[in-house]
Amino acid sequence: MLQLKKLTKTYKTGDQALKAVDLEIPAGQVLALIGPSGAGKSTLIRCINRLVEPTSGSVLLKGENITKLGSKGLRRARRTMGMIFQEYALVERLTVMENVLSGRLGYVGFWRSFLRKYPQSDIDEAFRLLDRVGLLEMADKRADELSGGQRQRVGIARALIQNPALLLVDEPTASLDPKTSRQIMRLICELCEERRLAAVINIHDVALAQMFVQRIIGLKLGELQFDGTPQDLTEDVLTRIYGEEDWLATIKKVEDDEAEELDS
Amino acid sequence: MPINQNNGVKSWRLHTQKQSLLRWFGYLGAVAIFMYCWNKISEVTTWFFVWDAPRIASDIGSRAFPPRWSYMDKLWGPIWDTFNMATIGTILALMMAVPIAFLAARNTTPSAFFIRPVVLFIIVATRSINSLIWALLLVAIIGPGVLAGLIAIAIRSIGFCAKLLYEAIEEIDLKQVEAVTATGASRWQVMAYAIVPQILPAFAGISVFRWDINIRESTVLGLVGAGGIGLQLQSSLNTLAWPQVALILLVILFAVVIGEWVSAKVRGAII
Amino acid sequence: MSAALQIDQRLGKGWSKPHFIKNPIIRWGFLLAIIVYLYLAVNSIEVNWARISEGLSRGWEFIKAFSNPDFTSRGGDIWDGMVESIVITITSTVVGIMISIPIGLGAARNIAPLPVYLICRGIVSLSRALNEIIVAILMVAIFGFGPLAGFITLSFATIGFLSKLLAENIEDMDKVQAEAIKATGSSWLQWINYGVQPQVMPRLIGLSIYRLDINFRESAVLGLVGAGGIGATLNTAFDRYEFDTAAAILLIIIVIVMALEYLSGIIRARVQ
Repeated sequence: MLQLKKLTKTYKTGDQALKAVDLEIPAGQVLALIGPSGAGKSTLIRCINRLVEPTSGSVLLKGENITKLGSKGLRRARRTMGMIFQEYALVERLTVMENVLSGRLGYVGFWRSFLRKYPQSDIDEAFRLLDRVGLLEMADKRADELSGGQRQRVGIARALIQNPALLLVDEPTASLDPKTSRQIMRLICELCEERRLAAVINIHDVALAQMFVQRIIGLKLGELQFDGTPQDLTEDVLTRIYGEEDWLATIKKVEDDEAEELDS
Repeated sequence: MPINQNNGVKSWRLHTQKQSLLRWFGYLGAVAIFMYCWNKISEVTTWFFVWDAPRIASDIGSRAFPPRWSYMDKLWGPIWDTFNMATIGTILALMMAVPIAFLAARNTTPSAFFIRPVVLFIIVATRSINSLIWALLLVAIIGPGVLAGLIAIAIRSIGFCAKLLYEAIEEIDLKQVEAVTATGASRWQVMAYAIVPQILPAFAGISVFRWDINIRESTVLGLVGAGGIGLQLQSSLNTLAWPQVALILLVILFAVVIGEWVSAKVRGAII
Repeated sequence: MSAALQIDQRLGKGWSKPHFIKNPIIRWGFLLAIIVYLYLAVNSIEVNWARISEGLSRGWEFIKAFSNPDFTSRGGDIWDGMVESIVITITSTVVGIMISIPIGLGAARNIAPLPVYLICRGIVSLSRALNEIIVAILMVAIFGFGPLAGFITLSFATIGFLSKLLAENIEDMDKVQAEAIKATGSSWLQWINYGVQPQVMPRLIGLSIYRLDINFRESAVLGLVGAGGIGATLNTAFDRYEFDTAAAILLIIIVIVMALEYLSGIIRARVQ
């Protein structure tokens, strides 16, 4: 469904963040993107919906080349890609409900959105999603009154109300505690399954990635180093991506965690 | 670390010899400039009057008190005018300052090479010139009255408000903007959903702050013929009616205190 | 209440943003009051359209004068006025700073005893409440026409501005550093010199330069009430409708203010 062809990004400073990345993601697949900081994970995700303009190469979504779209077409393409951010990126001074509804901005006209007169179907969907992520009572609270985990749930609802085919998820757990991190990751993966969504989850926590997704991509200095299942991610591979380190503990932990999960 | 070796004895000083010397000359130069300036003032001052000042001050003081309270009847109109000049002037200024601020902020300006320098010049020009001078100019152009004062207040406030506002716009959290953009929002929707909510508190604070200043400034605009209570002050001064002057000054002082109180309350409520 | 029930209640119903003022009566009353006020206020402004239309051509002339300012025909007056303005600015800023430092120390609650604090706060409030122009009028009445009145006015205004901000800065300072110096057994002056001064100095320098900028702008209007400086020349130019000279003066003021702002930016960046 999503195809990246020789996707390259060179920043004005001369840094090559992406070096001709080729990638194909079938519909409904959840994929984790791992790699050290500066590997180009964020850039890759942002090149897909052109928050960062790629230097060359192409992004094909359902066969449509996104890199060639004009501003109107880009808006329409962005509607079909929901994005979830590190540190939530909610508009803090707006209410939870407004933040969720802002996911519909690509569908409604300016005045409708300005006057907060959304179609009834959007409002119902917003309430359903808030209910699904467990925040229905918070609808009229201001976003900055929420805790980190709650904010990320609102961020998820905002992405889903777009009715996307693809989720772009940028470090969803970077500022959350371990328990909340897992809950959020589980929620994202569950929702993807329910709605048959494909997702690119960019994550630095290898253990968390192994726990939840079917396919892992390793990125290093803008180049693909690894593409396989969580089981294939061995010590050698991690060393290749991140450099020399004792990886046994990391992998071990995952196995323990899984055992623990099964027990409970 | 300047440690001097003198006959085998080490001594520590904060500055090296060269630094000390430079500092010394710096201070000397500063004092010389100050003395020169002071001389300039002294030359054109009639010191006889200055030595006489305490007597004159007490003389004026004794004539001014008690204030002529009955004159208050004639002040209500000018007070209303003064208040209107400050309030409507502030509103007009804000209406113009908002688009200027968006054009001037680095992250929202449509063109950093062409439009930004132009609006920055407007900001500096309106800010550097006191509202009294704007009033003087407008009285010469459109004639004396409240309107001239109102426009003077508005023009003077544009640069002030626009500067503070565009600094606020430049400090917004870009992640929120990015998030709203990613939903497929149009340029104006991004403005309304991601930028405006972030600068609204700053905007409210700036408006009240400027309104407070404008209350003070509008009280004196009448001195150059632009309406308000300053007009009464001018005519009372011209006729040396000190009890009236005393009353007007008390009214102005009262207005300033009220203005400051209101602005403090409103700012407290917003933040 | 179960969550399932809640969602059923919510579905199919409209949603509107919660209002800033919750009570609808107060909200609409407030709005109505604003509209009535604006209506009354705008109507009470007397507009003499004939005078304005007559003035518009003069306004246009003034704007044209900016493209062709006349620096020379009253060059001597402009020069003298400018020098006087700068002289007033420099002296009043220097004297103002020297007086505001002790008053600022006195107005900081954490280092001054209560009686001193109250007196200093009183001086600060008085200075801030009185508009510069009004002080200038009184000073001219007392000391006679000339730059001395302007100098005293601006020194007084500087005290209110600088002492207040200095005092606030001292009240916000890091207590631990100051305590550490006190713990060495220093005297009060040594304590101020080592514990307080290093903390507030950068900001004091920044504020002083900012005040220099303000004082220059203010000195340009003092002349309107006879307290010296370029204002008198400007007033004469407007009275005679010599817009080209007025434009020249305004341009000089703008350029000097811009230069001061640029300079203060550099200095503030260096001391911090």
